[in-house]
Amino acid sequence: MNPELGDLEELYQEVILDHSRRPRNFGELADAAVRVHGDNPACGDEIHLAVKFDGDGGLQEIKFTGHGCAISQASASLMTMKLKGKSRAEVEEMFRAFHDLVTTGNNDASKNLGDLRVMRGVRKFPQRVKCAMLPWRAVEQALRQSEGEATVSTEEPEFA
Amino acid sequence: MHKSATSRVDWSALREEFPILRERVNGHPLIYFDNAASSQKPRAVLDVVRNYYEHENANVHRGLHTLSARATEHYEKSRQRVADFIGAASADEIVFTRGTTESINLVAQAWGGKFLHAGDVILLTEMEHHSNLVPWQLLSERIGAQLRFVPVRDDGTLELEKLSSLLTPEVKMFGFTHVSNSLGTINPVADLCQKARNVGAITLVDAAQSIGHMPLNVQELGCDFLAFSGHKMCAPTGIGVLYGRSEILEATPPWHGGGEMIVSVTLDKSTFKKPPHRFEGGTPNISGAIGLAAAIDYLEGIGRAEIFKHDVDLADYALKGMADVAGLRVVGPTEERAGVISFVMAAAHPHDLTTFADQYGLALRGGHHCNQPLMRRFGLTGTTRASFYFYNNREEIDRMIDILQKAVRFFK
Repeated sequence: MNPELGDLEELYQEVILDHSRRPRNFGELADAAVRVHGDNPACGDEIHLAVKFDGDGGLQEIKFTGHGCAISQASASLMTMKLKGKSRAEVEEMFRAFHDLVTTGNNDASKNLGDLRVMRGVRKFPQRVKCAMLPWRAVEQALRQSEGEATVSTEEPEFA
Repeated sequence: MHKSATSRVDWSALREEFPILRERVNGHPLIYFDNAASSQKPRAVLDVVRNYYEHENANVHRGLHTLSARATEHYEKSRQRVADFIGAASADEIVFTRGTTESINLVAQAWGGKFLHAGDVILLTEMEHHSNLVPWQLLSERIGAQLRFVPVRDDGTLELEKLSSLLTPEVKMFGFTHVSNSLGTINPVADLCQKARNVGAITLVDAAQSIGHMPLNVQELGCDFLAFSGHKMCAPTGIGVLYGRSEILEATPPWHGGGEMIVSVTLDKSTFKKPPHRFEGGTPNISGAIGLAAAIDYLEGIGRAEIFKHDVDLADYALKGMADVAGLRVVGPTEERAGVISFVMAAAHPHDLTTFADQYGLALRGGHHCNQPLMRRFGLTGTTRASFYFYNNREEIDRMIDILQKAVRFFK
């Protein structure tokens, strides 16, 4: 490994590049209960997240479409793999742990994140935190409503 | 050091006058290719601003003391310097603003608010920066005017053959950019102004990308308004200019009310100064205006025609090198272009590429460049942009090409 490439290679680990090139759970979910469109206005990246809940309100099915940088696409792919079948409380806890991971690299809170820990390189690139968080903002919104459509943004709500 | 054989300018010596170009970024010498966003500042400008604060600082147009007189004289001399620089007939045609955005908002709200009405058409182009689009959207929503756009061709130039059907007598304002901040396209400003005059439309030229890069004379262009920012032409941030032809500025009502812009005030009403002071409510950016005049002196010392040749030489050289980078596609014209190059790469999204480049000290811009409608027109959400200025050189471009090649391997 080229030592000067340390931060870059940590950010773009092979797993992340692989997920960005071949995102998992990428596609439509015909019978979704909630669809959330996540935008990052700073770069135009978009995630369309579709979620189906189980009887207890947990995430039974979760898929996404959209386009964006390697970080947002890999984050969405890894997130959907991790969250499928998780309860509401587990998702909320992982949201917090993941946010910690990509902002502080805190590994204590993130022990149960498993594979998602490959995203920890983001902490050294503060401008890229929004990219990593975009799909998580969308899932956070999905949990807030049991049905219908919504839009979330990495920016503050706009005045229209 | 490469030196252009035809140039009388010692470009590498000029580099030494920019302290920031000695910075190291992430362990590498800085390569600053984000000049379309903001330029760097030479010591000559930094010194003038510092000298102002050390020897002249006071408010303008109101103190009877010596410092206020010095500040006022220097501020108004700077206005004359700007007028000479752009070929205005008089310094009274020069309004100091915060920048291009504020200049255009002033025109839209003060001039447009009075002279545009429901049913009038504001003609713009698809390649406008948001700063020459959003102010017109806000105005047209308020007064019921309509927006119309000159389309952009696949090669990044304006579809001028459509102009005759677009530029109808309902068009009261035709606003367009001189040089595209994303694509580097140079628009035929004088021709567009002439065609607008033929139908009685007022013209506004966004010169943000051209003013510091090529010779420009408002009377030769024949425009009614022209807007630009200081910070893209070696001056400090927070200072900009609105040029307005005198009879049009005279007829334009005040915009920001406050001190400086009034003749007399009673509790019920006020009377206002003539232009340009009518439009400069509140304490202006005095050091910024003085810094702008210093930047003008600096640029004229080099010569804008020389700067333009150097920019274009760098762009041509870069385009040749970029042609060898696998999967790289340039978005924008191949000729008649300024030193701004937008491109996309199959291997990497613009944000990933700019993060990668930054780790090698190379400052590029990735994203929509405040050109969302233009990006959409090309079916893109963003591009990566390299934009050059006179202190850049071919070695830096060689290093950029090398970094782009590295990115192809890294993200493959």
